[in-house]
Formats: sequence, C-alpha cells, structure tokens
Amino acid sequence: MADVTTTMQRPSPAHASGPKPRRAFSRRNIMIYSILFVLAVYYLLPFYVMLMTSLKGLTEIRTGNIFAPPVEITFEPWAKAWSTVCTGLNCDGLSRGFWNSVKITVPSVFFSITVASVNGYALSMWRFKGANVFFTILIIGAFIPYQVMIYPIVVLLREMGLYGNLGGLVLVHTIFGMPILTLLFRNYFSSVPEELFKAARVDGARFWTIYFKIMLPMALPIFVVAVILQTTAIWNDFLFGVIYTRPENYPMTVQLNNIVNSVTGVKEYNVNMAATLLSGVVPLTIYFLSGKLFVRGIAAGAVKG
Amino acid sequence: MSQSGKPTGLFKNLSAKIAAIPMVLTALVIFVGCSVWTIVFSFTNSRLLPSANWVGLDQYERLWSTRRWMISIENLAIYGILMLILALVVGFLLAALIDQKIRFEDGFRTIFLYPYALSFIVTGLVWQWLLNPEFGVQNAVRNLGFETFSFDPLYNPDTVLYGVLIAGLWHTSGLVMCLMLAGLRGIDEDVWKATKIDGIPAWKTYIVVVIPMMRPVFITTLVLVTSGIIKLYDLVIAQTGGGPGLASEVPAKFVFDMMFVSQNLAQGFAASTMMLVAVIFVIIPWAYLEFGGKKHG
Repeated sequence: MADVTTTMQRPSPAHASGPKPRRAFSRRNIMIYSILFVLAVYYLLPFYVMLMTSLKGLTEIRTGNIFAPPVEITFEPWAKAWSTVCTGLNCDGLSRGFWNSVKITVPSVFFSITVASVNGYALSMWRFKGANVFFTILIIGAFIPYQVMIYPIVVLLREMGLYGNLGGLVLVHTIFGMPILTLLFRNYFSSVPEELFKAARVDGARFWTIYFKIMLPMALPIFVVAVILQTTAIWNDFLFGVIYTRPENYPMTVQLNNIVNSVTGVKEYNVNMAATLLSGVVPLTIYFLSGKLFVRGIAAGAVKG
Repeated sequence: MSQSGKPTGLFKNLSAKIAAIPMVLTALVIFVGCSVWTIVFSFTNSRLLPSANWVGLDQYERLWSTRRWMISIENLAIYGILMLILALVVGFLLAALIDQKIRFEDGFRTIFLYPYALSFIVTGLVWQWLLNPEFGVQNAVRNLGFETFSFDPLYNPDTVLYGVLIAGLWHTSGLVMCLMLAGLRGIDEDVWKATKIDGIPAWKTYIVVVIPMMRPVFITTLVLVTSGIIKLYDLVIAQTGGGPGLASEVPAKFVFDMMFVSQNLAQGFAASTMMLVAVIFVIIPWAYLEFGGKKHG
C-alpha cells in the first residue's frame, strides 16, 4: 500500500521528460494513439449523450438519434429538473436534494477530517499502549460489508434520538470515513522528521500546541487530499442516505434515483438526464479542478474497501 | 517513535488517549460490536423488530433454500469473476498504453478516470439510458440501416448482468488503471534497458518480468475490486432495480430488502453474515500475503 502512495506522489521526471520516440509517425505510435483515441471516445460517450439528451426536446428524442446533437437547444429540461420535477408529493425539483446533500456533506467532511487528523497525529507521534490494536481493528473494519453493520447502527441512532435526521447521517459518515482518513493522516505524520517533534517537546510544547502550531499548517496538502476524497465519497453516497434519513432529508443521489426510476407518469428522458448531470456536477468539478490530488487521494484510499 | 513525559499509568500520554477515543469507540462499538450483534441476532427469528427468540440455524437453512438468495449469489459470482478479470485486464492495458511516453498523457488519464468520480447512481442511470432499446444505442444503429441489429441487454434476463457489467467496468477501470500506472512507474528503468539489450520483445517483458514485479499492486487492486464487488448495490438499484424479474438481484440488495422492506430482519442478518464470511475469505489470504512474511512497521 505504502509503495503505491509514494510512487504516485513522485512526479516521475524520468518518464515525463524522457527522450521522445524518434519517429512521430511510426507504425507503433499510430497504433497506440488510435487505440487510446477509440477508448477515450468510449469513456466520453456516456457524458456526451447525457449532455446532448438533456438539451433536446422530448419530440426530438423520440424521433431522433441518441448520438445526434440537438437541432434546437432547449434549457427547459435543466430548469425543470432543478426546480419543478416531482418526487412523491414534493414538486420542488432536485434543488431540495442538492441542498440536503450540501447540508450532509459539509459537516460530515468537517467532522470526519477533524477527528481523523487528530487521531492520525496521536497514532504517529504519541503512541500509547494498545493504540495499534485499535488501529488494526479500524483498518480491518473498513473491509466489513456495510450490510453487516447497518441495522445495529439504526438501533443505536434510534436510542440516541438521531435516527432519520441529518445529525445521525453525519455521525455515520464520520464513523465510516475514519479508517481511510486515519490511515492517510497517520502515514503523513509518520513521514514528518522526528527532530521537529522532539525540538517542540524540548521547548515545552504539549499535545495540542504541537498539533495546532506545527502539524496543522504543515499538513495542509494532505488536508486538501482528504477534503477531495471525502467530499466525493459522501456526495456520491446512496446507501447511508436512504437508510438513515427521512424522505424530506434525502441526499441528491437518492432523490435522483427516485425521480428517474419512478414508475408513474410519462418518462421525460431529457429531464432525467439533466437531473443526472446536475447530480454529477459537484464531484466532476472537484475532479477536474483537483487533478493530481484526486489521484493521490485514490492511491491513499487504495486500502479502503 | 516517541515517549511522553513523566506521569505513569493511565494518565500517561492522556491527551493522545483522549484524541483516540473516537477511534476506540468506532473500532469497538461499530466494527466489533455491531458485527457481533448482527451475527448473534441472525440466530433468532426477529421479524419487524429484533427479538431474542432463539431458533438456531433455522434462518440459514431458510436462506439457502430461498430462490432469490441463490440467484443473488450466482449473479454476484458471475458478475464478480468477469468484473475482476476484465477490470484487471482493461486497467492494465490502459496503464501500459499510457506508459508508452505518449503526448497528452494527462488528458487521456483524466478521461479514463472521470467516471470514477461519479456516483454509481449516475453511472447506472446513464447506462440505463444508453442501453434503452427504444431510443438508445440499439435504435441508433438500426437507424443506420441495420434493421435487425439487437443490443438490448437490460431487458433480457439472460444478458442483464452483462449490461450492468459494462457500466461497472466503465466506472471502475479508471481506478485500476491509476493503481497499475503507479506500479509501472515504480519499476526501474534499468529493467527495460536490460531486457532491450537481451532482445526480449516488449510484450514478453510485460508478461515475464513486469507483471511478476508488480505483484503487490495486483494484490492491492484485487482486494480493492473484490470488496467493491461484494458491496455492489447502488449500481443495480439505479440501472435495473434487480430486474427483469429477479435476473439482476445481488446479495447486498437482498439484505436491504429483507431488513427494510419485507420486515424479515433475521433473514437479513443471516444473509449479511454470509457476506461477512465471503469477505473474510478474501481478506485472510491478502493479510497473510501482505503482513505474514515480513514484519510490518
């Protein structure tokens, strides 16, 4: 696991700036680029079709070709998906799910990262007896199928009066984000030179002082990686959202599924695709803006189940 | 690595212990406690609410004679085996292609990985639309003049799994590529130079030298993809809803429906315990390979 992370981080100058192939149009190159091009088209096609469908009118969808660009561009499906499409009795569109997802994701990301960063810091610099036992349980626990734990957690949340509301879901996300994030922070803090820590100790700094004054500012890049990792994971979550919240608090993924797979009424494919794209906007934006950091998060997450 | 100050006993290193409370609680209450709770209650006849009415192995006997569970297991096995093989093959090929000192490397990588940023719900819904027989790919090809062309996996019980597989592969192969690429980049340039001097063709170098050297990466990927497969749920919900009929049911969906729809809690507990057993069979060999031989620090 560790070697994956380290090699990921390395910019690998040997490859990137290595000698270019001598002939740009050798048979080998033409083959490689054409295979890559075909594959790229295959990977991009669903996105393209989503976008095109969401910009067409229903009649054009029924008579036309799924791959054809719209003859007449309309933004009505987007408007409808955002503000008027119905799920059950609510007809205020996907905007409700969007804001629910924001209300779920922001505190979940904040709490899970706060808890895990302090925990990772304690595990790497202030080891105490038994710490490794719990850490091992935590890492192995990441592989337990959620299905094994979901019902007892329902019981626990009900006892605490958190079942059905956002607080309960935030707690669940904090719990299940802990293994991967703790690992991420523990590995990072373990790589910090020990002298730095010792010097601070000699100067009389204590646990929290060292954390806030030295470690926190230093670990900013890893915090960014953690935020990317968690925001995408929590935004995309479906299972926990559907189990631990009531319908009025459903996150965007659950609402989206209910809209598209509802059996009543005429299927409005353009509205469905606009809604699907809307749900993908946040993670896609994060993905395209974060670039290499996203990859680093994945490499760190390689241990997660 | 470091020792704390003078105080001894329980209060030694107190701040660190306080900081670790969430971890200790998660490890003990959730991962150990909740798992044990589920296993224990799988031996009861709990229905709407958990009850302590012991029935021994009855739930398991019933589970293994339930047609829907057998279909779910079989589906997961077929999907899982194909997914593992194809994800590793496609992921490795993508990584090997990208590793050929090509131009626009970042561009290609971004394209292959973006599906992984999307949720399984989005993935399932897009592919449901693409594979829609009336308006999707089938219709588009028919419009080109191939009137009898048929590509309609989602509405046929025999092929629906392959429809889900296409979507799953689209979502996951970028991740595998990423891990494989890291593995390829970790291999010393000298290996390539040496095989080149010996006149060994590139494809043979990959199979005979590079892939064996990437064993740790392959194992990591294998474990990662497998545990993802066992959790397969959202994708099926979005793309097929388990249908047509029971043709694309999976264990995770069986557990959910037993617990929250059919009010048949103990069946859900028994089924989820079986999922746990399956995961243990995956983890133990991996943990042995990963930590068994060498001392882990």
